[in-house]
Amino acid sequence: MEVTSPQFKQKSRKALADEQLQRAMGKAKSGFIGKRKKAVEALPEFEALRSSARAIKDHTLAHLDLYLEAYERQVVASGGRVHWAETAEDARRAVLDICRSVGARTVTKGKSMITEEIALNDFLEKEGVRPVETDLGEYIIQLRGEHPSHIIGPALHLNKEQVEEDFRRVHTELPQARDLSQPESLLGEARQILRPQYFQADVGITGANFLIAETGTSIIVTNEGNGDLTQTLPRVHVVVASIEKVVPTLEDASQILRVLARSATGQDMSVYTTFSTGPRRPGDPDGPEEYHVVLLDNGRSSMLGTEFHEMLRCIRCGACMNHCPVYHAVGGHAYGWVYPGPMGAVLTPSLVGVERSGHLPNASTFCGRCESVCPMQIPLPRMMRHWREREFERGLNPATQRFGLGLWAFFARRPKLYRLATSLTIPALSGLGGRRGWFRSLPLAGGWTRHRDLPAPEARTFMQQWRDRDTRKQDGGAA
Amino acid sequence: MKEDTRKTPRVGLFVTCLVDLFRPTVGFAAVKLMEEAGCTVEVPMAQTCCGQPAYNSGDREDAAAIARQTIEAFEGFDYVVAPSGSCAGMLKKHYPTLLKGTAWESRADAFSGRVHELVSFLVDVLGVTAVPAAHRGSVTYHDSCSGLRELNVQKQPRKLLATVEGLDLKEMANPDVCCGFGGTFCVKYPDISNKIVEEKTASIAAAGAETLLAGDLGCLMNMAGKLHRQGSRIKVRHVAEVLAGMDDTPAIGGGGR
Repeated sequence: MEVTSPQFKQKSRKALADEQLQRAMGKAKSGFIGKRKKAVEALPEFEALRSSARAIKDHTLAHLDLYLEAYERQVVASGGRVHWAETAEDARRAVLDICRSVGARTVTKGKSMITEEIALNDFLEKEGVRPVETDLGEYIIQLRGEHPSHIIGPALHLNKEQVEEDFRRVHTELPQARDLSQPESLLGEARQILRPQYFQADVGITGANFLIAETGTSIIVTNEGNGDLTQTLPRVHVVVASIEKVVPTLEDASQILRVLARSATGQDMSVYTTFSTGPRRPGDPDGPEEYHVVLLDNGRSSMLGTEFHEMLRCIRCGACMNHCPVYHAVGGHAYGWVYPGPMGAVLTPSLVGVERSGHLPNASTFCGRCESVCPMQIPLPRMMRHWREREFERGLNPATQRFGLGLWAFFARRPKLYRLATSLTIPALSGLGGRRGWFRSLPLAGGWTRHRDLPAPEARTFMQQWRDRDTRKQDGGAA
Repeated sequence: MKEDTRKTPRVGLFVTCLVDLFRPTVGFAAVKLMEEAGCTVEVPMAQTCCGQPAYNSGDREDAAAIARQTIEAFEGFDYVVAPSGSCAGMLKKHYPTLLKGTAWESRADAFSGRVHELVSFLVDVLGVTAVPAAHRGSVTYHDSCSGLRELNVQKQPRKLLATVEGLDLKEMANPDVCCGFGGTFCVKYPDISNKIVEEKTASIAAAGAETLLAGDLGCLMNMAGKLHRQGSRIKVRHVAEVLAGMDDTPAIGGGGR
């Protein structure tokens, strides 16, 4: 997927003016926040679970190589294969090779952000393999030629009327007069269209929420059941997952599952939690004949041991973006790559380079709400600040910003000079503000006054007035 | 004071740059509140700003220099108090991070232990349970992000506001959601900041209070500026002004004296 993060400002302006988007975001925001809050309040041990979930991931990351090797051994022991992919290109190739080896023409796909990260759909299509998204949200955006705007709600930016329009445009074989006014009717229609695809597909591709080192199992959580059909019905099941998805044991995964759905959608558990271990065994009623895991690194191992290490704890629940005022304002597409919101603002620079995504860690008020709801206690604002530091060190921020900051710092580091400068400018500015007390515009303050007025300084600075008070006190004392 | 046997606490006021430049009233209100609670308050002249503009722009070197300068200026005080959750958070939570691994590490840690946000200092440290102030009218209170999430300032201001005679607190919806100020964020991304503050002023207006209060001047100037641009008549003040009974001064943007 092309990185369009450098156009963040233009895209966010467009998003702010997009009424459909704003309507969709308004609804999504209140839904997610209220449901999470209710779920968390209903579970007294939620905070303790957060800490234990975090500890599990910290431990795993500290021994990542060992757990990945153990995981591979178990996958092989259960009859599957692991394909190590250092880059997105390696992963795409591995998937294509598997498709080619079985002569696949059609693949069904469960929801997977990693396949978005490696831009698998475009690649397969170019190579003559047709990918069919089976998650409702993913299916909708595939019809529209779009990318997910949210990591768990790919079509969050849309309203149901827009989806109805798309379905009528594409599903021309169905009667025009059908009722598509309700979400249920849209879901029903998508199911009806997708059902035969599962049987036509030669390969089913899913992501993974967890990989279990002790058993070689991959786990997905879904709400529609499409993931199960995707991985059970075709002849071949391919799991595409990144390396930090591994945890040591099933017990560990079940601990983290307890915070995952609650943080994401406010459910106690997602509707389906599906465990896959290897291909169909003799006597199994169903299951694929082949089971492959494509394990993607794509820059993650180089985050280990850096300031961004803790980002690898992320379990992709989306709570950070669900609670982010900036994400609410502009939606996911403005961020310009696969991962939006606070987690995207940290992860995107790690994976594509900060020189291509510098806006993302900067476009944050540091309100800290993301960190406060993150089930894995990832210090997202701190890591965004680290990206700003890397940018600053490399001189990547705009010259005007650097100049302004430099000038300010020059004075801020010299208290006497600062005192002198402010005691001259502030009373003048206060006088300029006059009796009205407000500025509607002011040179160099356009960023502020474009949308709001600037209160004029009250009078002289506090420090000037304080000195007078001190002097008066001393005079009074002497008299 | 929790214990009468202790000597009078000596407090260094960290004025904050915005209060120093834009609204000295807040500084005097802070002094009054602490003096009434039995403290001696002094204002070291060698302070400027807490350094957040540099720190949050990735300029660690300037931020660290300002941190050292501030720590030095406040050496010897029992407490360092700021009428701002954001600046107090910087002094208390971020100076130690910034100076970790340097010769200043232990000084930064010791300094951190003495730093408090004003209202939390009054309630949590000095044990103040009521203020002798009166305010006729209704107010709504916005929880500024750093104070709320870095320093747990949430109950303390409400506790003291409840003791102000005649004051009617009308909570807004989502008082804990960011106002869109974010320091330099509001001028770097003015359109996004505007969208966020518009949502905030809508909840403020819906609360139906005559006055908006908060504990951080940056947020207050942002919200006041938006309210004024929208033609709202809602007055905006720092919470310390009301707690100190200094609401006879013009509200933010109310003109010079």
